[in-house]
Amino acid sequence: MSNTITIDGQTIPFQEGQTIMDAALAAGVYIPHLCHNPEFTPHGSCKLCTVTVNGRNVASCTMPAVEGQQIANNTDELNAKRRALTQMLFVEGNHFCPFCEKSGNCNLQAVAYHLDMMSPHYNHFYPAREVDASHPDILLDRNRCILCELCVRASRDVDGKEVFGLSGRGIDCKLVVNSSSGDLVDTDLAATDKAASVCPTGAIIVKRHGFSVPIGQRIFDHKDISQVQLEAAQKERGHE
Amino acid sequence: MSENKKIRVATCSLAGCFGCHMSLLDIDEKLLTLLELIEFDRTPLTDIKHCSPCDVGLIEGGVCNAENVHVLKEFRKNCKVLVAVGSCAITGGIPAMRNNIGLWECFQEVYQFEGGLEGGQVPNDPELPLPFDKVHPIYEVVNVDYFLPGCPPPADAIWKFLTDLLAGREPKLEYEMLHYD
Repeated sequence: MSNTITIDGQTIPFQEGQTIMDAALAAGVYIPHLCHNPEFTPHGSCKLCTVTVNGRNVASCTMPAVEGQQIANNTDELNAKRRALTQMLFVEGNHFCPFCEKSGNCNLQAVAYHLDMMSPHYNHFYPAREVDASHPDILLDRNRCILCELCVRASRDVDGKEVFGLSGRGIDCKLVVNSSSGDLVDTDLAATDKAASVCPTGAIIVKRHGFSVPIGQRIFDHKDISQVQLEAAQKERGHE
Repeated sequence: MSENKKIRVATCSLAGCFGCHMSLLDIDEKLLTLLELIEFDRTPLTDIKHCSPCDVGLIEGGVCNAENVHVLKEFRKNCKVLVAVGSCAITGGIPAMRNNIGLWECFQEVYQFEGGLEGGQVPNDPELPLPFDKVHPIYEVVNVDYFLPGCPPPADAIWKFLTDLLAGREPKLEYEMLHYD
């Protein structure tokens, strides 16, 4: 077997056990994604990385690469669906970029830029969500949480602390903190933990660093997220 | 171009801070070029109070009270092309920070509990517009043709957008001109 898949007409190699996302990132092909982070076990929840494989839509971060797959990725139709999903994420939470200190470093915002999102389109929910500022070094602002579970995975799989979890279903689903009080201050979460820095939005931020890099010099201020994430993947391969 | 062929433009600020208008003025000397192509109808710059039929309406700010809705509907009725300019018009923006605080609590904080106030009365004149319990982006009230994000949109983005529109091109912002903050 030659172990190749075809994405938008481009033939790319894959190794046994890789997902479509893994193979694409390794080959320098960008598939928009939010809940996926190559350092962690795929979660497959945001559906932004949906591609069409042999006529069926699947999440590329969880779908194993299989010999001969014909995959559509960067199409107007899929990007329109991805834009709609991103717009829903914006209106479902309270994402106000002008007063969020993550602005410019935020994956949600950057993906929206990449997809040419000019407005959130849908009616805003403006949900009432809790802010937890109890921890001396870390702020948890659920208004900006997109339920990607990256902090849950990081705390469980890397930090070995299980500080975070998701609770409730559907629109009632929310990020909860594993302490008797439910407050961050009563956990052993530290600012140096992976879980404190892995958040793709501004939901979990380390305090007192908000504007150490000024607006205008931030990760996505001059570079599209596709370029940033492909460069990161390339760098990672260089280390292997 | 003769005077009567100029594109007629109206602007207003609803629940906004006039920052987007300031950014429009920030196109500097290009304002002179712009004024060869357009003329202003209702706008804070002319102090005309009501909108007459226009080609383009630029709306800054979200909708926070009944008067905002009347103004917005007047613009929609009179403008062939309506543009939401800036974060507040597109998401509610900074004024929408009050959306999860009760209206009465907001009033008390501003007019009664804030230090240095004497008497501490919440204004209640019938001429004051009725405030809404939540601030909304303008597209939740009327149909909007184009969106120009930013807080404020950079002067260059406004210039690019307007020149595209005036030239009959589909407005398109380059990557660095599109930002939400």
